[in-house]
Amino acid sequence: MTWFFETLGSYFAYPFVRYATVAVILIALCASLLGVPLVLKRFSFIGDGLSHVAFGAMAVAAVLNTAEKTFFPELFEKIGQTPLVLLLTMAAAILLLRTGQNTKIKGDAVVAMISVGALAFGYLLLHLFPTSSNITGDVCSTLFGSTSILTLTRADVVFSAVMALLVAIVFLFFYRKIFSVTFDEDFSRATGTRAGAYNLLIAVVTAVVIVMAMNLVGSLLISALVVFPALSAMRIFKSFRAVTICAAVLSVAAAAVGILISLLAVTPTGATIVAVDGIVFLLFSLAGLIRGGTRA
Amino acid sequence: MALLTIENLSLGYEGREILKGVSFRVNAGDYLCIVGENGSGKTTLMKAILGLRPPLGGAILPGDGLKRSEIGYLPQQTEAQRDFPATAWEVVTSGLLNRGGWRPFLTKEEKKIARGALATLGVADLEKRCYRELSGGQQQRVLLARALCATRRLLLLDEPVAGLDPGAAGEMYDLVDKLHASGITIIMITHDLDAVLPRATHVLHVGEDVFFGDVREYMESGRVSRFGRGEEA
Repeated sequence: MTWFFETLGSYFAYPFVRYATVAVILIALCASLLGVPLVLKRFSFIGDGLSHVAFGAMAVAAVLNTAEKTFFPELFEKIGQTPLVLLLTMAAAILLLRTGQNTKIKGDAVVAMISVGALAFGYLLLHLFPTSSNITGDVCSTLFGSTSILTLTRADVVFSAVMALLVAIVFLFFYRKIFSVTFDEDFSRATGTRAGAYNLLIAVVTAVVIVMAMNLVGSLLISALVVFPALSAMRIFKSFRAVTICAAVLSVAAAAVGILISLLAVTPTGATIVAVDGIVFLLFSLAGLIRGGTRA
Repeated sequence: MALLTIENLSLGYEGREILKGVSFRVNAGDYLCIVGENGSGKTTLMKAILGLRPPLGGAILPGDGLKRSEIGYLPQQTEAQRDFPATAWEVVTSGLLNRGGWRPFLTKEEKKIARGALATLGVADLEKRCYRELSGGQQQRVLLARALCATRRLLLLDEPVAGLDPGAAGEMYDLVDKLHASGITIIMITHDLDAVLPRATHVLHVGEDVFFGDVREYMESGRVSRFGRGEEA
């Protein structure tokens, strides 16, 4: 037991460990809030597709950043590469949503096409314009997150915190409209809610969360942070509000536990958090079954 | 002054017309039922009136100071709603959003309107229950209460008794009668002519040849025997 606390204590003595912990918890919170409407709107696949697009965006940004670093070194110093990735992913989010709605190719097929295309294009780009000598390592950490979370800078944490706050405020402010648009889009449009605008909002926020989470859990694992807490909460709770609150609590708890385990056992942070989320889902499914069994 | 005037409306998907040359008027206090075979464009027409689908041609003119956002709507249920985690209260209060305002919480007055709507439809005791665990008839009543929160003037109902057993269907029709009697104008899509004709004031028959008139004219036009009793019953 003393070993447990001593090890943790020695880790948390480093500021970057504390930064990373705060950032991961904030991102888990945002991802879970967003997950509830995404899962209920049957949009989970859009989140998944977007995370692949974010990988492509990351590759494009890496190449452009090399150019930027060469030609505008001061500008790059100031903003880093995150804003560019964010812009590209947002554009993809809006594109996915628009094409998903009114073209002849069905929404899920479009997502499949764009996401696989973005993966291939991104990988190709990284090979043609290598930004470091270890391409495979770069690709792996973009897809699955860094093996350690210790690469985060203070600026990354501040950015995550601001974004998390924005997402939480947007969610609270538009809570009832998000419910209405999620439950019955036709009805809310018919009675004057601008459902298109809210779908756009959801897509843009999804893009923000995915980009925020990329450095930590990687673009392939981010979908797990979005869908697992919402699905777990839905096994047990029966009102939209309870599901939302429960998903947020579960996600934050799983992120915290996941980080502790990954520090102690020296495992990849992103994968560990997702594993905890998965176990929570299994437990909640079981609890839901037992409850459903006694009621029926 | 008509509440709603439809002039020479044509509707369709991707340039293919499924309805054309539809004209009719709905006055305050009318009970219009829209009938026609499957695929004749009844739901498409209703969605056009609600502004959910742009018409290919013609015009939909609200009158008498009716705003688009003052129309209540009872849509057909979707697959996603069947396992949606929400309480009846959450569903009903989502009908209040067209009242505007940016508050994330309900006002006292809004809560009163929602309670009133639930009481009118006889489901006040289901307020805290989970929507997906209600019976089909109860779900429809909750959705109708939501529509009632959105309007006191015009209600559009898309096959309100689809999937209900005959007892629940009868109760649903009685509730619609009650709302009509309280002064709300009704436009309803239905397959169930026998049950609805005695209650309605006007009929719109869509299909190859469009008919619009009051119920007596419709009975005399001879379409009832062709459509209502021939195929559906």
